[in-house]
Amino acid sequence: MAKFKGAIVVDTEKCKGCGLCVVSCPTAVIELARGVNGKGYHYAHMANPDACIGCSSCGLVCPDTVITVYRAKAS
Amino acid sequence: MTATTEINNIISEENLVYKKTSVLLDNEMHYCPGCTHGVIHKVIAEVIEEMDIQDKTIGVSPVGCSVLAYNYLDIDWQQAAHGRAPALATATARLMPDKYVFTYQGDGDLASIGCAEIIHACNRGENIVVVFVNNAIYGMTGGQMAPTTLDGQVTATSPYGRDCGSTGAPMKISEMVSLLPGTRFVTRQSAETAGAVRKLKKAIRKGFENTREKKGLSFIEIVGTCSSGWKLSPTQSNEWMKENMFPYYPLGTLKDE
Repeated sequence: MAKFKGAIVVDTEKCKGCGLCVVSCPTAVIELARGVNGKGYHYAHMANPDACIGCSSCGLVCPDTVITVYRAKAS
Repeated sequence: MTATTEINNIISEENLVYKKTSVLLDNEMHYCPGCTHGVIHKVIAEVIEEMDIQDKTIGVSPVGCSVLAYNYLDIDWQQAAHGRAPALATATARLMPDKYVFTYQGDGDLASIGCAEIIHACNRGENIVVVFVNNAIYGMTGGQMAPTTLDGQVTATSPYGRDCGSTGAPMKISEMVSLLPGTRFVTRQSAETAGAVRKLKKAIRKGFENTREKKGLSFIEIVGTCSSGWKLSPTQSNEWMKENMFPYYPLGTLKDE
């Protein structure tokens, strides 16, 4: 059981769906959505939120800085 | 507790660990999806915020994709003629020695048309930071061959692959400038993983700290991708970069005095 629980918030309208966060995530939390945003990109979202540990890897590699990361101690 | 409530509980101000820095403006970047420029802009903005030098930093933007960098970082900017950013930065740094002056240049700008300017600025040891983004191609104009294009690499102007016999070998600019006595800090970094981004941030911070201590020129090369120019997806571009660029442009610090 992970010591930390994390969560991300993606600014879906600004996301360009490059997928760099998907490959950077060590716990395979992020996937590109089936739906598209206003620009036609498949935006990133938390497909597997339970696995998120709030490591910020996705936020660091995001070229458009659309990911905000939160982390709390696991209860 | 349902999963959604749990996530909503985590998403609160006291649990915040990573957010967009205030030095980055809210303007949407015009770069292609997955472009390394976005990451480098962000890292520079974070360093400026951490060092609290937002009102003392002057950037010189190049000609190339990053010509519009002034739309994204909330600092003072100048825009130089193609390749002439080090010359403009020299003047700025000499006239305003208490400012933090940096140039932001691509390989088409710095290694090709601006080769003379950068070599002489490095030789003079101007008190500036040079951020050199090397993606082995001219991105903005449609993926033409640059001096840094690898041997055999297919571009718009080398459709059968670059022939080093007639065009010369890809230029290792960092190695060239590290030989000059004027440079104090020469390093080559990348930005494809979280670890690499953290290392890059340390390098850029060191560059700005050198400026503060009036140590001279810091040259930071970043091996980046151009997924549009390379005709690959952003994730494939990173793999291609690791396989092909890193052996020729090895990462690491070449000079630190």
